[in-house]
Amino acid sequence: MDAILLQVLNGLDKGSAYALIALGLTLIFGTLGVVNFAHGALFMIGAFCAVTLQKILNISTISLDPTKTDFLGDPLKIKTPLVETWFGEIAGQAIIDWTVPLAVLFSIPIMLVIGYVMERGLIRHFYKRPHADQILVTFGLAIVAGELVKANFGATEIQVPAPDLLAGVTDLGVYLGFDVGRVAYPTWRITFFCFSLAVIGSIFAFLQFTTFGMVVRAGMADRETVGLLGINIDRKFTIMFGIAAAVAGVAGVMYTPIKPPSYELGMQFLVISFVVVVVGGMGSLAGAVLAGFMLGILESFASMNEVKSFFEMLYLPSIDQIIIYLVAIIVLLVRPRGLLGKAGVMED
Amino acid sequence: MLKLDKKDAVTFLFVVAITLLAPFIMNPFPTESGLAQFNAGYPDLMQRFVIFGIFAIGYNILFGLTGYLSFGHAAFLGMGSYAAVWMFKLLTMNVIPALILSIIVAGLFSLLIGFISLRRSGIYFSILTLAFAEMSFRLAYSVLTPLTNGETGLQITLKDPRVLDAINTTGHQPVTSLFGLEMRNTATLDIAGWAFQFNVGYYVSAVFMLIAFYISMRIFRSPFGLMLRAIKTNQTRLNYTGLNSRPYTLAAFVISGMYAGLAGGLLASMDPLAGAERMQWTASGEVVLMTILGGAGTLLGPVLGAGFIKYFENIFSKINDNILHSWFSFMPESLETFFTTIIHPFVGKGWHLTLGLMFMLIVTFLPGGLVDGGTRIWNRIRKNKKSSSSAASSTEPVE
Amino acid sequence: MSKIEFTRRGIIKTSAAVGAGIAMPTLLTSPAAAYTNEPKGKTVTLGFNVPQTGAYADEGADELRAYELAVEHLNGGGDGGMMNTFSSKELKGNGILGKKVEFVTGDTQTKSDAARASAKSMIEKDNAVMITGGSSSGVAIAVQGLCQEAGVIFMAGLTHSNDTTGKDKKANGFRHFFNGYMSGAALAPVLLEMYGPDRTAYHLTADYTWGWTQQESIQQATEAIGWKTAKNVLTPLATTDFSSYVAPVLNSGADVLVLNHYGGNMINSLTAAVQFGLRAKEVNGKNFEIVVPLYSRLMAKGAGENVKGIFGSTNWHWSLQDEGSKAFVKSFGKKYGFPPSQAAHTVYCQTLLYADAAERAGTFNPCGIAESLEGFKFDGLGNGATEYRAGDHQCFKDVLVVKGKENPTSEFDVLEVVKVTPRAQVEYPVDHAMFAGGELGKCNSGA
Repeated sequence: MDAILLQVLNGLDKGSAYALIALGLTLIFGTLGVVNFAHGALFMIGAFCAVTLQKILNISTISLDPTKTDFLGDPLKIKTPLVETWFGEIAGQAIIDWTVPLAVLFSIPIMLVIGYVMERGLIRHFYKRPHADQILVTFGLAIVAGELVKANFGATEIQVPAPDLLAGVTDLGVYLGFDVGRVAYPTWRITFFCFSLAVIGSIFAFLQFTTFGMVVRAGMADRETVGLLGINIDRKFTIMFGIAAAVAGVAGVMYTPIKPPSYELGMQFLVISFVVVVVGGMGSLAGAVLAGFMLGILESFASMNEVKSFFEMLYLPSIDQIIIYLVAIIVLLVRPRGLLGKAGVMED
Repeated sequence: MLKLDKKDAVTFLFVVAITLLAPFIMNPFPTESGLAQFNAGYPDLMQRFVIFGIFAIGYNILFGLTGYLSFGHAAFLGMGSYAAVWMFKLLTMNVIPALILSIIVAGLFSLLIGFISLRRSGIYFSILTLAFAEMSFRLAYSVLTPLTNGETGLQITLKDPRVLDAINTTGHQPVTSLFGLEMRNTATLDIAGWAFQFNVGYYVSAVFMLIAFYISMRIFRSPFGLMLRAIKTNQTRLNYTGLNSRPYTLAAFVISGMYAGLAGGLLASMDPLAGAERMQWTASGEVVLMTILGGAGTLLGPVLGAGFIKYFENIFSKINDNILHSWFSFMPESLETFFTTIIHPFVGKGWHLTLGLMFMLIVTFLPGGLVDGGTRIWNRIRKNKKSSSSAASSTEPVE
Repeated sequence: MSKIEFTRRGIIKTSAAVGAGIAMPTLLTSPAAAYTNEPKGKTVTLGFNVPQTGAYADEGADELRAYELAVEHLNGGGDGGMMNTFSSKELKGNGILGKKVEFVTGDTQTKSDAARASAKSMIEKDNAVMITGGSSSGVAIAVQGLCQEAGVIFMAGLTHSNDTTGKDKKANGFRHFFNGYMSGAALAPVLLEMYGPDRTAYHLTADYTWGWTQQESIQQATEAIGWKTAKNVLTPLATTDFSSYVAPVLNSGADVLVLNHYGGNMINSLTAAVQFGLRAKEVNGKNFEIVVPLYSRLMAKGAGENVKGIFGSTNWHWSLQDEGSKAFVKSFGKKYGFPPSQAAHTVYCQTLLYADAAERAGTFNPCGIAESLEGFKFDGLGNGATEYRAGDHQCFKDVLVVKGKENPTSEFDVLEVVKVTPRAQVEYPVDHAMFAGGELGKCNSGA
């Protein structure tokens, strides 16, 4: 029982990442009708916002300590981050410690701008072109984004730790009547899960309860009519693109302590996020969220030793590696519109 | 000639000539000269040119003609390689049985995957093939390790049975051959500073490439090819005429899968190792890049694109800072550093960046690829001469 | 690469392209090389094939630094590093056999396919006489096989799988680094002393040749001291989020977690294990412990705080105080500003050993070099007295048991050497069961 609970938790935090990326992806598809292969790259860029902030906060002055020596016998160099000089040692260290949460704030304006520029500068010219061209040009963009990051940050993974306060474990099992330590789960992963619920909730609330959101939803349903009413729907959609980019970006930031980012992060998440969107139903926001969490949990369950040994009897070891793709293929064949997709949308 | 019209026959003869003379054409610079680093005339790279040419020609039959964008064709290439290496391990080091099996295996799998994926079209088709590719990669990478040797890659060893071959007593690893003619054999022609290399493996692959090119040419000109183009132009209209288009697309899918299998088998024949990475979806992305860069739907485009990307990957990527500095060494130091810094991100390890940018430019402005670009320039030159409207050329993309 | 041989003319004639091939040789001046890529000019080219992307990219970058340093020293630049402490005095700082050393580099991407393609182009295009590198045993084995076929020497870099000089050993391949069996043999006594005989181990293992053989070695060595093995779970090399593998460890009843991971893999799995609170846990009244059999400073640095107090083994560490190590740390540190890793050390040694063997053999012919490396005894390269065993081309030397330092004094001072396990304790016969199943074969010079 405790093992199952642990895997559910694990599935939830994996699923949060899937859901957040898929949400933006399907938002772009629903509003602009564009298939964006560069969406994984936006997630990756978000993660590197955190890396950049970490670098900025760690810009240091170097002083020599003649009483100590380094490995070559020279006086030891001591680095003091500028923030410590400015705000005092304790406050400075606290700022560095809380890099990741700060990076969320840091990344939002950056991602909005990146999203805006991307839509106005490139995607806009592809509305009238076939989906294949959209896929191709955004695929090229994803390569370029990855390479730019590689050129600036190197090819290796970069560790960005969570704040000390949230780096430990939370013993959830105790609240549920388990013994101490049976269901202890990393606090940061729980934080990430709560964070994504908040983001998902606010997106839905924004679309549901604001005039802006109402217009966007109307535009998703019938773009031409909304346009005929004299509403500049293109402008609204551009903003939605920016928001989708920001969602992917903050997801990337918050995910860095769980998975240290490298330039390949975008490509790693690309396939899976498309699978999530398709399983949930192309253009369905609720479907993307549902499918994200479902596939995350499914993947975690498949990696349980009991499940694995069951499949091993069927000569399929490490079923966890392929389960998601199997499910996606089955869903696409049995229910092409996806779990919550509307009938007739892209269903050919 | 060969049941080709005159224009096609000229194109074909042109390709034959280029392929056979490649060891000369690819080696324009003397060995000792500073430009020798741009020479591509060594066996490994020349083999890759033609093998990936086959891969791209096959992919073009699917994507170029029907417009179905598959992100999973590398899986068939990988399966071909595994099949070939297993043949080398079990049966014989002769490449013929290996190639036959790799085509068959890839054909069967593409029939299966194509049958499922082609029940959908458009973006769903792309994502289905993406899911299949990623699944195949993971199967090969970890799930089916006994069959694929996982991460290390499937290799031949001294102890393999090889039932058809004589018992190996030399203590040397056996090498792939065509009835005794070893693939790795290379003869070198030294002429006044140039060293031209003639490699058996290259010529064997080249022959297969020419056959593949010829078949693709015939398909392009056949009623079947016309049907495939009709699917690309307007599938709905085609369906309304009461025609079921799926058998045609499936046939195109399987043919391109078999081409990929042949390419995979040839890769394994040149170097008997099969790794799972060649099945990854990004490897499929590479053949997409090749086809589009060269010109989807054109005859020569895919071969051109394959050569272009492989040249970038192997030659362009070797230009490091030292070489850049030596190029600009005639300048004052500040200028030299400036130019080196500007160019640095785009060459050497950063060649993918250049590739990605070029690819985006081509998709945006030149959907017909490099071949289309060449045709346009050619037409403009002719226009200036004759001011006549451009005549339909055999290499113009089909839209 | 030789002239084309014909065994069955009749069949060949049927193929037009091969027909062209038949006509060619009569025109050709057949190459007079006695072996693959015989250097004829004033320079000799070495091929450095290291991972620049992927899970082992950090190690690869450090290897490349050491290679460049070694080339500099061979060509007479710098302070000479370990050339001055090396017991063999053949190297004069005038290149190798009077030829200036040049090098080409390639990216293995930690993938067998890419590594072989890169090595092939080094041999065919750049005329490299020796290939070295690799930070993954899978890659090392694949490239070693290629070098054997092509007739060049392969000086293995960081490869720790038993198979490299066991099941997959090759006459043209040589390994200075230690292996999984040696790690097990060196670690087990220390583990017994620290954690006692009544322990249950849970293994997480990288799913490829290195992981498999190291896991087997550690399992056998720990079971010999009375430990039980709860489970061994294989994780794909490309894994980056280990949470779903670590979660089941919590309540499995095991009280030791053995991470058969290296490089980025190890950093991520250890971080996940610590995030899940394993180190703070108590099982059966004992503290839960983590063991990382193959350790390096780069990994320890990447994993930060998490490595404190964790045991493992290593081939070499920069804090060693013998003359060789001190000289190497000094010249590496001067050039790059930080101390070298064990990966850097082993590839530096390999380059020097190759150059020295060529000097002693008086030729670049792989067979001559192989002969002078086989059974070669040397000292002064940081590991004490060392021998290249002729039977399997494996170096035998002392093995270090290390521990993550509790109170590091600097960002590099993350490991401390707990014990130097003498060579006799980690030695095994050539036909040991874990190494059986392969043959060296004959040296291939490509002629």
